[in-house]
Amino acid sequence: MTSLVPGEVRVDRLRRRMITVQIIGAGVILALAMAPYVFEPSITSQWIKLFYLITLATAWNLLAGFAGMVSVGQQAYIGLGAYGVFVFNDLGLDPYSSALVASLAIGAIAFALSFVAFRLRGGYFAIGTWVIAEAARQIVIRFDSLGAGRGRGISDYTADPVMRNLFTYWLALGIVVATLIGTLFLLRSRLGVALQSVRDNEVAARALGVDVSRAKRIVFVLAAVMAALAGAVICLQQIGVQSPSQIFSVSFSAFMVFMVLIGGIGTLEGPIIGAIVYYVMDLYFSQMGLWYLVVLGVLAIAITLFLPQGIWGALRSRFDITLFPVGHRVVATSRPAGAAPAGPGEPRPNRTTDATAASATTEG
Amino acid sequence: MVIVNALVQGVLLGGLFAMAALGLSIAFGILRVVNLAHGEIMTVGAYLAAVALSSLGVDVWVSLLLVVPLLGVVGYWVQRLLLQRALTLGELAPLLVTFGIAIIIPNALIELFTTNKQAIPTGSLAVRSIRVADGVSIGVLPLLTMVIAVLLIAGTQQFLARTRSGRYMRAAADDSDTLRLMGVDHRRVYASAMGLAFAIAALAGVFFGMRQGGVTPFDGQLMVLFAFEAVIIGGLGSLWGTLAGGIVLGVAQTLAGVVSPELPLLVGNLVFLAVLVLRPTGIVRSKVVA
Repeated sequence: MTSLVPGEVRVDRLRRRMITVQIIGAGVILALAMAPYVFEPSITSQWIKLFYLITLATAWNLLAGFAGMVSVGQQAYIGLGAYGVFVFNDLGLDPYSSALVASLAIGAIAFALSFVAFRLRGGYFAIGTWVIAEAARQIVIRFDSLGAGRGRGISDYTADPVMRNLFTYWLALGIVVATLIGTLFLLRSRLGVALQSVRDNEVAARALGVDVSRAKRIVFVLAAVMAALAGAVICLQQIGVQSPSQIFSVSFSAFMVFMVLIGGIGTLEGPIIGAIVYYVMDLYFSQMGLWYLVVLGVLAIAITLFLPQGIWGALRSRFDITLFPVGHRVVATSRPAGAAPAGPGEPRPNRTTDATAASATTEG
Repeated sequence: MVIVNALVQGVLLGGLFAMAALGLSIAFGILRVVNLAHGEIMTVGAYLAAVALSSLGVDVWVSLLLVVPLLGVVGYWVQRLLLQRALTLGELAPLLVTFGIAIIIPNALIELFTTNKQAIPTGSLAVRSIRVADGVSIGVLPLLTMVIAVLLIAGTQQFLARTRSGRYMRAAADDSDTLRLMGVDHRRVYASAMGLAFAIAALAGVFFGMRQGGVTPFDGQLMVLFAFEAVIIGGLGSLWGTLAGGIVLGVAQTLAGVVSPELPLLVGNLVFLAVLVLRPTGIVRSKVVA
């Protein structure tokens, strides 16, 4: 390595913290998986909502927070995911496998749609995704077998309501766990470094040779698959779709925007916190009717303008904490790379969750 | 004849879409802000006209004199107080602020006015029409809408090209820092441009309401998509392009309506997506004006 910085430089990928996260994470997952044996089904079935909210928020955050694509059309994939359950269920699969197969099919659809959506940039990309969502709804309601404009129920389903709840709970848990683990490893990978550099400065990322549109396309498809899985869970939980305009509602995008903004955009922890905040708010304020959405809109604007890093961002800048290590620290050492930083003065830990140029090159 | 009639009606409908698209085009051209709440501003304009009529008994045409300047002022202050700050925070912030507004307005309208349609009657104008040939007749209201849309586009073009404020707006779009060095407060220029966009949106909203016979809280979502599609089909940055885009969209919708009454919206969206794939720069070669 040529010396970009005076002295030897070591890039710390926070491996030790990653191991801690893995151990604690495994414990939490195990506890959540066993939860239905401890708590009443009425309690755990409420958590399903929290799980799919976290999935949705994480997906939207990947899009907007890391790849810089503000989509207000993720409801397209939520709706298609829900309707995909019907399609594959009618073909003879059980509802849970249908959910998984449907999400893969929707990933393929999203890949094709990315070539349309990527014609647009910035704000026009946002409305473009909205148009795609509207078109998806309008196409779905042309099929009588899918209930046309009325919505429909799942015809072939587990009869026992307790088992049904249990399976849906595990599926939702599995999806949220897969989403979070997938996102964590994605962001620690080479692609993740590329994404974080795109987030921080797209032009500079391009100049360094990052294939920006490839990175964006991968994220676009992944986010669609996550939204589709969340949509399938919504469908399974409600044993069907109440109405196409509900499952394809732009309000889903409003919720995602709200969760990600309040938690902290561009961090992995933020959307989880945002989803919990939203979930709790929803429990207490949803009887306010639509004024509730008005409040969410006002809060979203206020956070955007006055607390742009969200709750997690504010906490992190005050206490220097990270739950999920996705960043890099460039640590200057007096001894060769790998040795412990020693001596006062020369260790100069630049706290960086941003992928800096130095860390991007060491990655390669 | 049915086809010819559909074509004629589609072209006239395009006038309405162009009027809706003009405000969006101005806001993007000058401020680089894509106003996701554009349709909702139109809805608010229509609601104000409807309420002025139902509670004060003010005629629609008279209420326009009030509603359009009022929303212009609102647009000025929305830009000064909210969007100006958002613009300094990066690309995402203005989008998220306007999306917030787009969520607030329809839900507040539903709570305040229910989901029922608020009537905007235009008396005999709504039904009066000029018969051109057998089976082809031109409604007076759509024709009037088209004429006003053309006048607005021409007026905006001239305003941007020839007046001092218009020059400032173009300068602010190109390089607001240099404009500031020249001693012009770019924030006021931006705010005036947003005021103009809001005022035109309100006008378009009232015309949309007149055409539909009223306004519901859900119209904003439809209209922002129509306006946006007209802008993209026409080609970004071209004011006359919005008219061409509006007409393409209008014709696509009315022709689809001949086949089945359920199809217009879907076909309109599909035509838009097709243009995006096949001709992403729009159908009018864009000569950047604003």
